[in-house]
Amino acid sequence: MTAIPPTTLTDRTEADTRKVPRLTRAEQRAIAAKGRLSSPWASGIAIVLAILWTVPTFGLLVTSIRPRSDIRTSGWWTFFTAPAATLENYSEVLFGSSTSFATFFVNSLVITLPAVVIPISLALLAAYAFAWIPFRGRELLFVAVFALQVVPIQVTLLPLLQQYVSWGLAGSFWVVWLSHSIFALPLAIYLLHNFMKDIPSSLVEAARVDGAGHVTVFFRVLLPLLTPAIASFGIFQFLWVWNDLLVALVFVGGTTDVAPLTVRIAELAGTRGSQWHLLSAGAFVAMVVPLVVFLALQRYFVRGLLAGSVKG
Amino acid sequence: MDWLLRPDTTPEKLTLMVIAIVLFVVVMGAILLGIDRLRRAPTWVVVAGFLGPTLLFLAFGLFYPGLRTIWSSFHDGRGRNFIGLDNYVTAFTQEQFQVVLRNTALWVVLVPLAATFFGLVYAVLVDRTRFEYVAKTLIFLPMAISLVGASIIWKFVYEYKPVQGNIQQTGLLNQLLVWLGMQPQQFLQDQPWNNLFLIVVMVWIQAGFAMTVLSAAVKAIPDDIVEAARLDGLHGLSMFRYITVPSIRPALVVVVTTIAMATLKVFDIVRTMTGGNFDTSVVAYEFYTQSFTARNQGLGAALAVILFVLVIPIIAYNVRQLKLAEEIR
Repeated sequence: MTAIPPTTLTDRTEADTRKVPRLTRAEQRAIAAKGRLSSPWASGIAIVLAILWTVPTFGLLVTSIRPRSDIRTSGWWTFFTAPAATLENYSEVLFGSSTSFATFFVNSLVITLPAVVIPISLALLAAYAFAWIPFRGRELLFVAVFALQVVPIQVTLLPLLQQYVSWGLAGSFWVVWLSHSIFALPLAIYLLHNFMKDIPSSLVEAARVDGAGHVTVFFRVLLPLLTPAIASFGIFQFLWVWNDLLVALVFVGGTTDVAPLTVRIAELAGTRGSQWHLLSAGAFVAMVVPLVVFLALQRYFVRGLLAGSVKG
Repeated sequence: MDWLLRPDTTPEKLTLMVIAIVLFVVVMGAILLGIDRLRRAPTWVVVAGFLGPTLLFLAFGLFYPGLRTIWSSFHDGRGRNFIGLDNYVTAFTQEQFQVVLRNTALWVVLVPLAATFFGLVYAVLVDRTRFEYVAKTLIFLPMAISLVGASIIWKFVYEYKPVQGNIQQTGLLNQLLVWLGMQPQQFLQDQPWNNLFLIVVMVWIQAGFAMTVLSAAVKAIPDDIVEAARLDGLHGLSMFRYITVPSIRPALVVVVTTIAMATLKVFDIVRTMTGGNFDTSVVAYEFYTQSFTARNQGLGAALAVILFVLVIPIIAYNVRQLKLAEEIR
């Protein structure tokens, strides 16, 4: 979790994209041809890197559709000389009584949606207060919230768990939602505050002069303008919660009815580390949702990345 | 009403999820509606409505637990007796934990440098080529995968089969060694190199982040600077060294520090790939083992505080560099 001042990167890239249409195709191609390192060597290195980055995932994907006995006796690359494909691994990992990933898939979904909606809503309200409601101590409070980004969540886990246990709530969805919401807030507030500050103050002031209260201004003026910002942070938070292991492990670790996919897969890797027909298919079951979301909304994700930061 | 706490069928879970969201919307809606109705509400009421729930969450979930952890880091395993700095002394002097600290240092130095290096080289190489979008997506994709998923992908690459009879290697890396006429290796068990093979996984994930941010920075270098340098006879590598890298220095600092912080907290990779065995544990993982497996609350707390303290210089450096960059502009 860190802070990057938002303005420089986004503004420059946007300026850059705005500039592009002014160049004709031919001109663009001329620039590309003059290109910075455009030699055969450069393309060669780029291709090697691209292959290095893709092959591990590809290998596991191929493995996940090979029959169990093949996986154990030969490498995935032999698939291309002796192809034999099956969906059995997927059906076993999803519905087999010893794995039942379908249940954990539902758990992941049930955990993720509220853990995205709640912190974004709260952060939007808080960011609005910090940006547009003048009150005493505002700067100080904002700096304090900003500084909380530095706190690694590890520092908070044990005391929180003890609190949840004493309330009798440990191991339920409620504490996972609450914890994820809390951990997301500092970064969310910071990011959304930056986006909100970019909205011309004349818009807000005009509405205020017309007699609109803060609640009306928030819903009628700001929310519609903030949709891209909400999407950016929404994807962040979605990927973060869906892929999280630590929070889930600490608060609901052993509870089959609540634990998400990541916990189950990590467990499988520990107890049945050599059963690659289950591990490969299971990994892809867990990956498919974030991959689809990511590819569909990549533009917003990149924008969020450039505007603020990454959570870690 | 037990299912509100412990739902065990899918419809119950989904209903509970909807209930949670609706409950949240209703509570927040009521607060906001209340504020809106009070035409002449004093500012503090409005502020309390907008900020109150958030501040309550933060105080409960971050601020107070943080203080509690600092407190218990000065106490023994059960959190009863004050033992001063003993936990910290243990963490810094016992051999087991010195290995942990050494590994953490290795991670925090190598991952940011390697990921930034690969990200930058790749960003420059594919910049303004015809395949830029696809090429970038390929490197970027690992960011969508969970650390657990990535660990499994790489564990499979490192898979080792004992050499006997006509057993074939199923891990890609060992098969490559065999094709080259070498002996297969137990990549995840041979110390101390196994740490490097774990680090590769994090580099693989973070390079996409580095590439995206640096690519935007590279595109933002003004064309006239590049043009002038080219007229002065700069090409290829010297252009990269004297124009590209200095121009994107602020972005480089941000990328390196961000990745360093993410790396400090890495836990999933170590847990999934080696379980901290074979001398591969890092502070974030050791914290988990001490707090939740070994039940040594004090030591776990001390490790969490160490993690916290390690983050601070990185952030301080980050903020300082940003201030400098702004002054120059």
